[in-house]
Amino acid sequence: MFETLSDRLTQVFSSLRGRGRLSPADVEATCREIRIALLEADVALPVVRQFIARVRERALGADVMQALNPAQQVIKIVNEELIEILGGEARRLRFAKVPPTVIMLAGLQGSGKTTLAAKLALWLRGQGNTPLLVAADLQRPNAVQQLQVLGERAGVPVFAPQPGSGIGDPIQVARDSLDEARHKLHNVVVIDTAGRLGVDAAMMNQAAAIRDAVDPDEILFVVDSMIGQDAVTTALAFLDGVGFDGVVLTKLDGDARGGAALSVAQVTGRPIMFASAGEKLEDFDLFHPDRMASRILDLGDILTLIEQAERTFDQQQAAEMAGKLASGDGFTLEDFVEQLAMVRKLGPISNLLGMLPGAAQNRELLGQVSDKDLDRAAAIVNSMTIKERRNPKILNGSRRLRIANGSGVTVGEVNSLVVRFLEGQKMMRQMMGGGIPGMPGMPGMRRGQKAKGKKKGKGGGRPGGANRPGGVPGGGSGALGGLTLGGPGVAGPGLAGPDGPGGSGHSGLRGPGGSGLGLPPGLQRPGGDSAGGMAGFGGLGSDGGPRHRDDGDDGDSDGQQLPPGLRGSSGRRGRGKKGR
Amino acid sequence: METLLIILGIVLVAVIAGGGALLAPRARRSGKAAQTGPMPGQGGTATAAPPSTRAPEAAAAPPGEVSAPPPVAEAPAAPTPTVEKPPPSAGRMVRLRGRLARSQSAFGSALLSLLSSGKLDDQTWDEIEEILITADMGAAPAAHLVERLRTEVKVAGTTDLTEVRALLRADLLEQVGADFDRTLHTAPHGDRPAVLLVVGVNGTGKTTTCGKLARVLIGDGRSVLLGAADTFRAAAADQLETWANRAGATVVRTDRDGADPASVAFEAVRAGTVRGVDSVIVDTAGRLHTKAGLMDELGKIKRVIEKHATVDEVLLVLDATTGQNGLRQARVFAEAVDITGIVLTKLDGTAKGGIVIAVQRELGVPVKLVGLGEGPDDLAPFEPEAFVDALVG
Repeated sequence: MFETLSDRLTQVFSSLRGRGRLSPADVEATCREIRIALLEADVALPVVRQFIARVRERALGADVMQALNPAQQVIKIVNEELIEILGGEARRLRFAKVPPTVIMLAGLQGSGKTTLAAKLALWLRGQGNTPLLVAADLQRPNAVQQLQVLGERAGVPVFAPQPGSGIGDPIQVARDSLDEARHKLHNVVVIDTAGRLGVDAAMMNQAAAIRDAVDPDEILFVVDSMIGQDAVTTALAFLDGVGFDGVVLTKLDGDARGGAALSVAQVTGRPIMFASAGEKLEDFDLFHPDRMASRILDLGDILTLIEQAERTFDQQQAAEMAGKLASGDGFTLEDFVEQLAMVRKLGPISNLLGMLPGAAQNRELLGQVSDKDLDRAAAIVNSMTIKERRNPKILNGSRRLRIANGSGVTVGEVNSLVVRFLEGQKMMRQMMGGGIPGMPGMPGMRRGQKAKGKKKGKGGGRPGGANRPGGVPGGGSGALGGLTLGGPGVAGPGLAGPDGPGGSGHSGLRGPGGSGLGLPPGLQRPGGDSAGGMAGFGGLGSDGGPRHRDDGDDGDSDGQQLPPGLRGSSGRRGRGKKGR
Repeated sequence: METLLIILGIVLVAVIAGGGALLAPRARRSGKAAQTGPMPGQGGTATAAPPSTRAPEAAAAPPGEVSAPPPVAEAPAAPTPTVEKPPPSAGRMVRLRGRLARSQSAFGSALLSLLSSGKLDDQTWDEIEEILITADMGAAPAAHLVERLRTEVKVAGTTDLTEVRALLRADLLEQVGADFDRTLHTAPHGDRPAVLLVVGVNGTGKTTTCGKLARVLIGDGRSVLLGAADTFRAAAADQLETWANRAGATVVRTDRDGADPASVAFEAVRAGTVRGVDSVIVDTAGRLHTKAGLMDELGKIKRVIEKHATVDEVLLVLDATTGQNGLRQARVFAEAVDITGIVLTKLDGTAKGGIVIAVQRELGVPVKLVGLGEGPDDLAPFEPEAFVDALVG
């Protein structure tokens, strides 16, 4: 996968950490990295250039703050600029003084206009309006039928006098729809038009003709968030051809970084008004510039993760699971499998991990984890008897062999899973019982001052959330902080805000030897045995990781024979040798 | 509560992650490592994959003259239209070149004006790189290509415009991969039809591609059956049926909304076998590659078809406007259903589809077809020479 901007910047600044000031040469180096990061997020080149120029100016100017390390400063500046452009002038839909309000959709083929029309109609209906959908896409075969079906699902009437599939005059349909709306007292009309290319003059003229016929109050340009460098050309072509007042970003449920949003907003100056993320008609929302900014920068997006979780699970499920977890001992292998299934539902594990702030640093390592591992773990647990699942301590050699045979893995794998599970259970217990005390001894934080910085950082009230380099907006972190167990941990590096004294929380967490996985510090074990704990945790410790990858299968089964608590660094080293 | 859940997920994941890190290193790691390093020749993964049987022929053909590889490999000699009017596929690229040129002209002319300015200083090189980036080639590949070109120009010791352009063309051609086997396997095996599975994310033009492809095959004298396995999107089956009626193909579909697409696909292939058609094209619902469940569903569709037929082609439909995300899409789809070819659609717009270069290189899967417009016959076999020629103007 691609390196993230924070990775790159950390690299750039690794040599001058602590100096806390940006020299012009640093700024140049930084700008190069930002450029690549933005290009990889599909921000259009001209926009990148303008953007870099602004960032450079600000970075060289008065914005230098002593409290932040250079990487953070730059990320902060970049993030703020991004939010500014994306957020521009956020505004609501303009409704006509005399109904019906006419909303017209335009965009390339396949950007999602028809689906969006239905989503918009449903959303409008939810706001107490009485929308009418108009099928003016007479080009694509059966687009009319599609809109009719969607309209039915959304409970919104569809005006479709023409059969479509190349027959009929969309301009006439649009014109007639106004009468229909007045007649049947609909206060909003949503016109779905055919997809068209910016270079297709005939089709652009048609769109303009529709516009002239109905004089829309809002023309929304629908753009696919996966679009690349062509976004600018297309947006300008539509701006010239039909003109538009707002932008809708679709397919945000994919993993595209969505640089197009920035391109379009910057080049056209039109605000992005809605975001559509999902195949269900309800998956439609107002646009959040701050979230988009961190997405473009790939800073990790814990809020999105939370949202995704909210979408996937109902309240009860979540509460139940949380309760079990909180009870410490109550967390059994059964719950673990359930949990596994839940995580599986959230999407590919690599994506989820990618969304955690701090994951960036360990991307290589995280890349090793795949859904197959999850399935394998589930298979192992499923091969256990209920008794075994509730009390894994009774697992003796013959039981383990049976489980291994049952799930098609080696005994070593069963062993390691059990060991990791016990380790996790123990950790959970500590966390729930002791709360944050486990924090100071974070593995990987070798330098004392850093630990201190972090501690202070998380203790603070954290005002002004949205401006933090991590881009985790205030609301979210507030909620996180409220939980005693691991708020700061989840917040991770991204949250080490400019307001954190010393500001080294960021680098402390993700420094060169940053703790593997960027696990919430609260989740890690206190003091001396922390390294062993991490190793037991599956070799995700800072040094452990890369070496483990070289180990063969035989290597790890050796190590797993040791009780987890005893596996210190020496144990790991020995294992490494054997593995090779 | 939700936040707790998240933390929990992390913990869990970490537990499992241990398993991941401890397991034997994955093969795909090594593939990726090879890709990131500078490569003198073709991408490490790319060269291995395609058995380039038709390569010399394809390379020898002058780009303008004959559209070298006809899309139907096994029967290049039988493009006699039988029942229907769709023209045979051969020579389509020539007819559509004009349209392609429209999409590429800005790019080509910018390059031309840059190179014709006579001097090759740093800024010129930067601008060349930027032009490549604007074509969605990606920042790293573009930088790599320009670096190579620079070295080559230095070695050749030339500032001559035509020579530099020839070098750039050769480099680009190598990137696009002229030696891929781009034939489409559509010939029936004995009494079993060839099966083509069409996959992709939402809105790239899968259904349209299916329809156009059916026309191409019918134009080349085959009988075609379309399977409407997109049971999710409203009216997708109707759309496919409209296409089928235009082309003279039959459709197997279900009227039940949200039916199991695998069962429709299975039914389509079975019907194809019983009726003795030559090719079965299965249209699937658009799915974002991030939806694990949907990707599993796709895997199931393929497995179920393979119960009584072989899937000859799995075509990934990629939108030319797609940016760097295209690579991720292709990767996930390749993992799920082992794609054998790419259809690059909407190339008649201003988008250049440069992402396919990276996709081809990383996955070793060639672009086989390009969509060049909304007309029913605007689907052509991909020609690297024409593509690159249009790029360099």
